[in-house]
Amino acid sequence: MQPAIEVTRVNKKFGTIRALDDINLKIETGEFFALLGPNGAGKTTLISIIAGLALADGGTVSIMGHDVMTQYPDARRNLGVVPQELVFDPFFSVRETLTIQSGYYGIKNNHLWIDEIIQRLGLDDKADNNMRTLSGGMKRRVLVAQSLVHKPPVIILDEPTAGVDVELRQTLWDFIQQLNKAGHTIVLTTHYLQEAEALCNRVAMLKQGEIVALDSMQNLIGSMTTGYTLRLKLSVDYLPTELERIQISYHNGLHDLKLQSCNQVESILQTLRQADIQVLDMQLLQPDLEEVFVKIMRESRVESV
Amino acid sequence: MTGFFTLLHKEFLRFWKVGFQTILAPIVSTLLYLLVFFHVLDAHVEVYPNVAYTIFLIPGLVMMAVIQNAFANASSSMIQSKISGNIVFVLLSPLSYREIFFAYILASIARGLLVGGGVYLVALMFFDIPLKLPLWTLLFVIMGSALLGALGVIAGIWAEKFDQLAAFQNFIIMPLTFLSGVFYSIHSLPSFWQTLSHFNPFLYMIDGFRYGFFGVSDISPYMSFAIVTACCIAVSMLAIQVLKSGYKLRH
Repeated sequence: MQPAIEVTRVNKKFGTIRALDDINLKIETGEFFALLGPNGAGKTTLISIIAGLALADGGTVSIMGHDVMTQYPDARRNLGVVPQELVFDPFFSVRETLTIQSGYYGIKNNHLWIDEIIQRLGLDDKADNNMRTLSGGMKRRVLVAQSLVHKPPVIILDEPTAGVDVELRQTLWDFIQQLNKAGHTIVLTTHYLQEAEALCNRVAMLKQGEIVALDSMQNLIGSMTTGYTLRLKLSVDYLPTELERIQISYHNGLHDLKLQSCNQVESILQTLRQADIQVLDMQLLQPDLEEVFVKIMRESRVESV
Repeated sequence: MTGFFTLLHKEFLRFWKVGFQTILAPIVSTLLYLLVFFHVLDAHVEVYPNVAYTIFLIPGLVMMAVIQNAFANASSSMIQSKISGNIVFVLLSPLSYREIFFAYILASIARGLLVGGGVYLVALMFFDIPLKLPLWTLLFVIMGSALLGALGVIAGIWAEKFDQLAAFQNFIIMPLTFLSGVFYSIHSLPSFWQTLSHFNPFLYMIDGFRYGFFGVSDISPYMSFAIVTACCIAVSMLAIQVLKSGYKLRH
């Protein structure tokens, strides 16, 4: 099967700054893919090149087998993009905006699907309001709706939940997950790593224009982390000396200890009891994407220096 | 073609929805020129024999309104959607650069015709204006507004701030319009200025347009039409190239 998105040896410079350095990336159809990285890592530049909003200095990009430069009409028909910036056309209402957007893709009489996305994204009350009168969260919903008017098989969301309330986040992810189940390929950038971890099956991490990690969510978390973190709130602010060697950190009154396996908990509690220290609160933390992310970003910094 | 017609429709709605500002206001300000010049000059100046100055002036003013509004339409639409960022909705779509170009140009022609037509109709209520060769007037109005629309597309893409666009409008479009024979026949100018005027493409638009009304002109209407058409094609090709290259639109 052809990949949903194929990025081959893409380079991009802005002046002397190398925004993307020889990026190769293949996203298969049906994937729920996370593109992660700190600000300025090149995520939005890469998305812009995939969407045709920016032109690569070298390399090729195709969407569902269509080159974004030489076959741009077909490439763009297969792609829906939710831009990061909250942009809108102040001359039109929500429904007009969506009807116009459908028209750009050559679709007439799209009102059934438009009604459905309006309803699914909770825009019913605002459908005939002018875009100017909408709150930021509502404008964000319209941007998502606009990216879906032509039912694209590939959908890219560039930080769709930045500054968005909990309710929209949930409605949005429910809807996007359904689209993914129905066969749409989803690519997502976000700074909320828990969101990415819960939703995505594969991850690429970008740093300074390079892909520094690319793997399934499971492998990445499994290979990069071992054991668990035991977080303790104690009646005293020190640890018995036996436990100091497995301490990771101490902040805000919380001791984080590194465990290789769960059955170490028992002996730790015993040690504390013997030292006459009370446990006020206790949490056993699973390794997560955030831990991996921090680790990878730290390591690749050492490499690049 | 649905994509193209949608963009054209949207561009049309964009100015139509704010018609007070985009159609009515320029009609009123053009009529104010007419009123002032009629009052001051009508009895004192005669450009063409047996044609009152005001009657001579009207086609010039109509064409001036057409020129300015056709330019303003394409350029302000382009810079507004660029600065507000909503140009991405067009850039993300499968619309070709040619479709984008023609939608902007046709909307500019439409606004030019509406404003010019408005001025003409109001003037017609007060003055007896001959219209000997209506087809010529129509040809020049369409070619002229297409040329200015194409120029507007280029200026709107080039300008990064409203300030730069205003400079383009005030230092290029306005002087070329005022010095193109809207208010006078170039034969009344000293020979140096007459020669210089021939390098102003707007001269041929005004003169050719006026020919349609009176059947008389400073320059052969065929020559004028050829020059205006050549300019229109050249500027359009440049605008299409600019859109195709992604200059200042696709980074």
